[in-house]
Amino acid sequence: MVDTWVVVAASVGYLALLFAIAYYGDRRAAAGRSIISNGYIYALSIAVYATSWTYYGSVGSAATGGIAWLPIYLGPMVVVTLWWVVLRKIIRICKRDRITSLADFVSARYGKSRMLGGLFTVVAVLGLVPYIALQLKAISTTFAIVRSPQASAASTSGVPVLEDTALYAALALAAFTIVFGTRHLDATERHEGMVAAIAFESLVKLVAFLAVGAWVTWGLFDGFSDIVAQAAARPDLEDLFTLDTTTGYGSFFWLMVLSMLAFLLLPRQWQVTVVENVDEDHVRTAAWLFPVYLLLINVFVLPIALGGLLVFGEGTVDADTFVLALPMADGRPVLALVVFLGGLSAATGMVIVETIALATMVSNSLVVPLLLRRRGPLRGPHDLGRLVLMARRVTIVGLLLLGFVYFRVATDAMGLVQIGLISFAAVAQFAPAVLLGLYWKGATRDGALAGLLAGVATWAYTLLLPSFSESGWLPSSIPEEGPFGLRLLAPHAMLGLEGMDPVGHAMFWSMLVNVGALVAVSLTTRPGPVERVQAAVFVDALHRPPVPGRDTALRRGSATVGALSGLLERFVGPDGARRALATYDTAEADVAPSSPADVALIHHVESLLAGAVGSASARALVSSVTSEEPLGINEVMEILDEASQVRAYSRALEGQSRELERTTAELRAANEQLRELDRLKDDFVSTVTHELRTPLTSIRAFSEILLDNPDLDTEERQRFLRPIVEETERLTRLINQVLDLARLEAGAAEWQVRAVDVAAVVSASTTSTEQLRRERGVTLEVEVPEGLPLVSADFDRVVQVMVNLLGNAVKFADPAHGRVRVTAARDRDEVRVDVQDNGPGVPEEDLDAIFDKFRQGGDTHRDRPAGTGLGLPISREIIDHLGGRLWAERLAGRGATFSFTLPVARTETP
Amino acid sequence: MDEDRTSTRLVVLAVVGFALFNYPLLRIADVPVIVLGVPLVWLYVFVVWGLLIVLVALTLRKH
Repeated sequence: MVDTWVVVAASVGYLALLFAIAYYGDRRAAAGRSIISNGYIYALSIAVYATSWTYYGSVGSAATGGIAWLPIYLGPMVVVTLWWVVLRKIIRICKRDRITSLADFVSARYGKSRMLGGLFTVVAVLGLVPYIALQLKAISTTFAIVRSPQASAASTSGVPVLEDTALYAALALAAFTIVFGTRHLDATERHEGMVAAIAFESLVKLVAFLAVGAWVTWGLFDGFSDIVAQAAARPDLEDLFTLDTTTGYGSFFWLMVLSMLAFLLLPRQWQVTVVENVDEDHVRTAAWLFPVYLLLINVFVLPIALGGLLVFGEGTVDADTFVLALPMADGRPVLALVVFLGGLSAATGMVIVETIALATMVSNSLVVPLLLRRRGPLRGPHDLGRLVLMARRVTIVGLLLLGFVYFRVATDAMGLVQIGLISFAAVAQFAPAVLLGLYWKGATRDGALAGLLAGVATWAYTLLLPSFSESGWLPSSIPEEGPFGLRLLAPHAMLGLEGMDPVGHAMFWSMLVNVGALVAVSLTTRPGPVERVQAAVFVDALHRPPVPGRDTALRRGSATVGALSGLLERFVGPDGARRALATYDTAEADVAPSSPADVALIHHVESLLAGAVGSASARALVSSVTSEEPLGINEVMEILDEASQVRAYSRALEGQSRELERTTAELRAANEQLRELDRLKDDFVSTVTHELRTPLTSIRAFSEILLDNPDLDTEERQRFLRPIVEETERLTRLINQVLDLARLEAGAAEWQVRAVDVAAVVSASTTSTEQLRRERGVTLEVEVPEGLPLVSADFDRVVQVMVNLLGNAVKFADPAHGRVRVTAARDRDEVRVDVQDNGPGVPEEDLDAIFDKFRQGGDTHRDRPAGTGLGLPISREIIDHLGGRLWAERLAGRGATFSFTLPVARTETP
Repeated sequence: MDEDRTSTRLVVLAVVGFALFNYPLLRIADVPVIVLGVPLVWLYVFVVWGLLIVLVALTLRKH
């Protein structure tokens, strides 16, 4: 029993403290020294998740279901594990595009659709008013109990409206929220003071709950095991020890899924985790600190529940109030007051954040679009910013009053948990559009609309409608037996699906039709250009920087600087507009109002407005002052990564096919070469055969003459024997040369490479051809200068080459005044030897061909030279092997020159 | 690379956590036995919860 004035004073004092903290937080933020910019405050502010539903309702639920209430906190644990992956992506998108509410997020994702944003807002308001009512109910009930323990939840309904604490709580909360949530219109929509107050509230409720929990466990009882042991002695309580005997696993599973989705998508959670996030890295701390908070606030739920059941017995006191009733019954008013303030903090924190978030959604996604539709921005009142703020304030008051009315009219019949679950299930309907939109580019606006509508309709039919039955507004038979006795349509057993608990049943059907409709419609509709771009930007948010040129390419229009700043002024006032434009570009601010604005400025203004009134409205506003050209799908494809990926692929393909072509060409060339070599081999064989047959024929002819005429005299016989010997020698030479060439070409020849004196080579070769020269009457001139460097070569082989060249020269020299000239000279790292004759010379076209096998210079029919046609090929082979070159030159009308070079020996220092 | 590893580990943790908190694994602990003075399934859920927090904290700690 606590005196009323004490309770009222404590409550008012507590709210005053909240005002002070929020005020201090805002002051510090304005001074640029944020007190909330760390992961710990961030985690505490997220603990706004724990409302009075947690604070009082958990114990109530545990008293009938054991751990059946836990999935509501295990779900967030699982989601927190995924935060680093999912939440960071959402935060990054929202920061970049200045998205300040869930409805705006969805609207931006699906092509800045105003209709989708509006629909989200309506569903959120419908779904969350009961939840707000629940908080008011908790405040009202506990206020009554703390003053008089005999009061129960039911008795509060008799209180006249004007004496109901909940009304004054609602009004006080509206005042707080308006002061700290809607002071000015801001592009980031962050409220540092409010966050600081919420973090403080989270601490208060945790400490209060731990205090009462510890007192029950160790004060009233003798520790956990004592409570459990006493409960175990009671057969009616033993069931609470296992899940199997209470609610079962199906309901456990569905409750976890539900709370996972709700935790991510409740507007107040969105507000504190996404919008109020200062730094992405704070997620790192919050990801473990927040679940620790949840774990702590749940540890004493079971002891308090069992303790309450043991102390009061079943059915006498509402289990939802055990937390407060236990200290009251034990006569501990101070503890009871602390518990009451803890509950108050849980309820107020939720109401404040939820109403701010909802007010932003209502003003940006409902009111502004409606205003724009009705009269257009340019004919409206001058200061539109004030209008937006006013819309938010009205929304806040309206929401709280709506909550109060709902509480007065509807909540009596339902437990806290049940109301909360209905709200959670409504919020869960946002999940397919948000999560699929985040990871699947193919999700379209029409799909999201269809999914949401189908899901919400199912939710309303399977969960909301039955709750009306429980409130007595509809016949109580409807949930189980269906409307008009149509059992197949029974809200709690659609199509005869029985055996599931109502929440699991509703979740199953609503998620099925929601996801089903979203996917089916997305697959059959075609997204518009803006939608396509937004889908790509959202889905790829973490993996790449924003599409370059996205913003400029999406808006191809023209506007004047004056029109844009005028537009901005209407929302943020003249000073704000000037400041905003100045931050964009100092030079830009001084530009004459009539000058055209560049595309980047237009986009800058749009993003500033998006922070204030939402992306869809901002786009519409800016469109109203710019003359836009329609955007073609081709342009969109141009700027999309898809397009550049396609280009990259096609480039890669082109490259590959080029490479393939090159390889094919190489192969073809190699094949050509092989066939040429094959042909050459055939030619060679046939030529060799031919060359062998000619001497053989003459040998045979002369031998037959000798055989047929045994009586020939010696002189005659000599005449026939000499050609036989000569032809045999020729054959031997030919075969030797063929073998020699084959060895050279196969690389099987033996080489004795060393430093060789060119002069010695020349003198050795001229000596060995002296006989031949004398026969033909050819004179020889040799010019080998003194001091030529030694060359690296095989002496015998080079002599072979020289003999061959000299032989050719003598053969082709002028028959009358034959002259052959041999010169040697140094040419850089080589020594060059020229053998020149004064014969008819080599025809231009034969200069290369004479190095082919069996090709002979001159007219082979007229005078068959003594050569085999292998001399030059062999010579070239030898010189090539030694690292030099052998070639022929034609001196116009003055004979031929055969030259070769040999590398200077390395031992020789130049 | 490292970023991807972190993300993958967290996704695995989430899947494992979700599985441990649900039937059929949950069923194993859900027997009317009292361990350390507490019904087994209560102990089980809170211990898994605590372990999960520790693993998340380890995965996300700064080096």
